[in-house]
Amino acid sequence: MKTPANEATDGTLAHGVFLFLLLFTLWLLLTGSIDPAELIAGAMVALAVTLISRPHLNIFTGLRLTPGAILPFLSYLGLFLVELIRANLDMARRVLTPSLPLQPALVEVKTELQSPLGRLILANSITLTPGTLTVDVLEDRLVIHWVEVPPGLTIEDATRSITSKFERHLKGFVK
Amino acid sequence: MRLLADIVLLVGAAFTLLGALGLLRMPDVYNRIQAGTKAVTLGALSLILGIGLLYPQWWSKLLVIALLILVTNPLGSSTIARALLIAGVKPWTKTPTTAGKERES
Repeated sequence: MKTPANEATDGTLAHGVFLFLLLFTLWLLLTGSIDPAELIAGAMVALAVTLISRPHLNIFTGLRLTPGAILPFLSYLGLFLVELIRANLDMARRVLTPSLPLQPALVEVKTELQSPLGRLILANSITLTPGTLTVDVLEDRLVIHWVEVPPGLTIEDATRSITSKFERHLKGFVK
Repeated sequence: MRLLADIVLLVGAAFTLLGALGLLRMPDVYNRIQAGTKAVTLGALSLILGIGLLYPQWWSKLLVIALLILVTNPLGSSTIARALLIAGVKPWTKTPTTAGKERES
């Protein structure tokens, strides 16, 4: 798939293939046809985009491309959807309560994820879960705006209640 | 199927309405972002699901739209919030004595 392979290591090759398959799947979804001409055009476009974005492939570095990563990914998706619905019900309750029950503050939590991609997914998940909004990522700490901070909260408590439930699943498919 | 699609569309519209109400009622910009992001993300997903039930032949394009919304919506919100924090916008607190402890340190 990669012609100038002298500098590409195994990792980037696997990530290139991953990006190619991702783009090709996107093409299939958008065209919605399995006409051979469409498939060939899609494969060519996906290959071109993959080759052009070679210098940026390291965004996928943290991704685990093993069959064992599928199950954690699916359980993460399930957890994410449940949390998204809970977040909305929680927000609806707050908005509709006349007294507007809020006790907001910025808190910091620690993450054990090492890769930029893992932290990106974690930050996005936190934004869409009940009462939390990721404001900034500083190395291994995430600054989070929380609408209802319990009094006397430490960084360990916040980490336990915000990030841990996602990290457990995320660790299965990103570093 | 028609009834189910209508219900899903209505739920989506209701969540979007709640999001708009949240924008009006929340005391500061961070809380507004919170209300807006969550409600609009689930509202849009719900609307997309409803459209998918009405027009099953569009499912592949709707799936792409849903994934893009899921990835970009929280990212945009976080970026706006980060810019606000860097610009020095202080989060609103109800009682500065209890909730303001973490951000002063």
